[in-house]
Amino acid sequence: MDSRYEVVIGLEVHVQLTTKSKIFCGCSTAFGQTPNSQTCPVCLGLPGALPVLNRQVVEDAVKTGLATNCRIAPRSIFARKNYFYPDLPKGYQISQFELPICEHGWLEIETEEHGQKKVGITRIHMEEDAGKLLHSDGNSSSVDLNRACTPLLEVVSEPDMRSADEAIAYLKQLHPIVVYLGVCDGNLEEGSFRCDANVSVRPWGQQELGTRAEVKNLNSFRFIKQAIEYEVERQIEVIDDGGKVVQETRLFDADSGVTRSMRGKEEAHVYRYFPDPDLVPLVVSDAWVERVRGTLPELPAAKQQRYQGELGLAAYDAGVISAERPVAEYFEALVALHNHPKTCANWVMGELLRALNENGIGIADCPVTPKLLAEVLQRIEDNTISGKIAKTVFGEIWQTGKTADQVIAEKGLKQVTDTGAIEGIVAEVIAANPGQVAEYQAGKEKLMGFFVGQVMKASKGKANPGMVNQLLKKKLSE
Amino acid sequence: MKISREEVEHVARLARLALEPTELDELTGQLDAILGYVDKLNELDTQGVEPTAHAVPMENAFREDQVQASIGIERALQNAPSTADSCYQVPKVIE
Repeated sequence: MDSRYEVVIGLEVHVQLTTKSKIFCGCSTAFGQTPNSQTCPVCLGLPGALPVLNRQVVEDAVKTGLATNCRIAPRSIFARKNYFYPDLPKGYQISQFELPICEHGWLEIETEEHGQKKVGITRIHMEEDAGKLLHSDGNSSSVDLNRACTPLLEVVSEPDMRSADEAIAYLKQLHPIVVYLGVCDGNLEEGSFRCDANVSVRPWGQQELGTRAEVKNLNSFRFIKQAIEYEVERQIEVIDDGGKVVQETRLFDADSGVTRSMRGKEEAHVYRYFPDPDLVPLVVSDAWVERVRGTLPELPAAKQQRYQGELGLAAYDAGVISAERPVAEYFEALVALHNHPKTCANWVMGELLRALNENGIGIADCPVTPKLLAEVLQRIEDNTISGKIAKTVFGEIWQTGKTADQVIAEKGLKQVTDTGAIEGIVAEVIAANPGQVAEYQAGKEKLMGFFVGQVMKASKGKANPGMVNQLLKKKLSE
Repeated sequence: MKISREEVEHVARLARLALEPTELDELTGQLDAILGYVDKLNELDTQGVEPTAHAVPMENAFREDQVQASIGIERALQNAPSTADSCYQVPKVIE
């Protein structure tokens, strides 16, 4: 980054809600259906149709507002945002302008470069999505209005971020929150969590903000970072060449990694907002807000802190496990059954997530339930099996759904802790390797690993490793 | 004048209205009269009066989050001048 300029970034995130029906009508919000099969006079914008607000959308907005430290407006209203585009059947989008439902929030972020800081949230408002335009090679475009009227929350940040890394850190706070709350499925590729970035630069020390460009079409965290970094470079170059940054909307092209101006849309920004006469004011009482507050789950940042503080996990482990709610819930269920948080964390982050990734399934569909895994960990704890054999047992449970005890019994995996039996194997190994024994006794102590390996192999991994070590040392020094 | 001919032209363009020069003159006069009336209303002291978004004293009209039957693709498309593959067809939109 150019040290002469300060980068200023504000983000607008569109969060698509998980309600079953649309925001102002009863049509389904299901994804991927036949075009226009989920439409009615309201979402088609037919004359005389009356939109009626979905109560769940208000609940979701209040939840999101509370989770991002916003003030919930006791009274808010809907407004018409007027513009023409073929994916917008009414010629206006129902949104909120003055008096949005949430204002004055913040999220705390942390980056290596700048440490901890608060990023302000200007507002969160409710609105309807537009339809979808499908472009073909011919002379026409196709319009599918299934998505029209799908509920969205627009979360608008203050221009508080000073680097692409800070922007990403902010998004990585916001994203798990809306997913934890269950208000959004969080799928960036399918457009459930869409981000526009307002980017500008200004010479260090200048108070007033530079002219900004709004960058759209950012559907992964990687693209967001790339687009912001490109845009910063571009604006600095414009200024260095004696030019002026133009306020405009630019599209990010993921293939080439550049942003491009969307020309000829400047007039589209005269939106002529006015209160929508079809929708009466929304009044959210304190009692309603408090009831919603009571339903909020523990959020990822709080979980991470608790995992570190109360359960003694390392910061990194606590972060990984708390990042996704189903993983955190699995972990907590496991700890409730087997009160050794660090062991539980290691297994969740190790065997479990690895197996889930390899099989391409989510933790919700995991064949090894917390109860089944807790039994495995219990058998390591009481020395029935070694940690290494436990992985075999885990694999077997994954395949068959049997319990740890069943697998251990059927496969004969019980650890050998009988001193006599292990001594026998140790004696055999020593007798079979006189050369190595001589070397060891001459001072080559590294060979201990070799002997342990031989004994473990001879016992098919079932000998208790601690005892093997102990007995070998004793026998070899005789 | 409260509003210029150019402003009327601009607003007409935003509303996708193609106006003849005579219509522009006529509408400029009418809009000017309307804005003059609004100026008259502005003489009222409204300090301490909450802005009204709605004339009807009503709030919180909700529906529950339940899916209701849609009207079907055929009916949804029946008034469209052009359709194909269950979609409305419009002149090509260049992004």
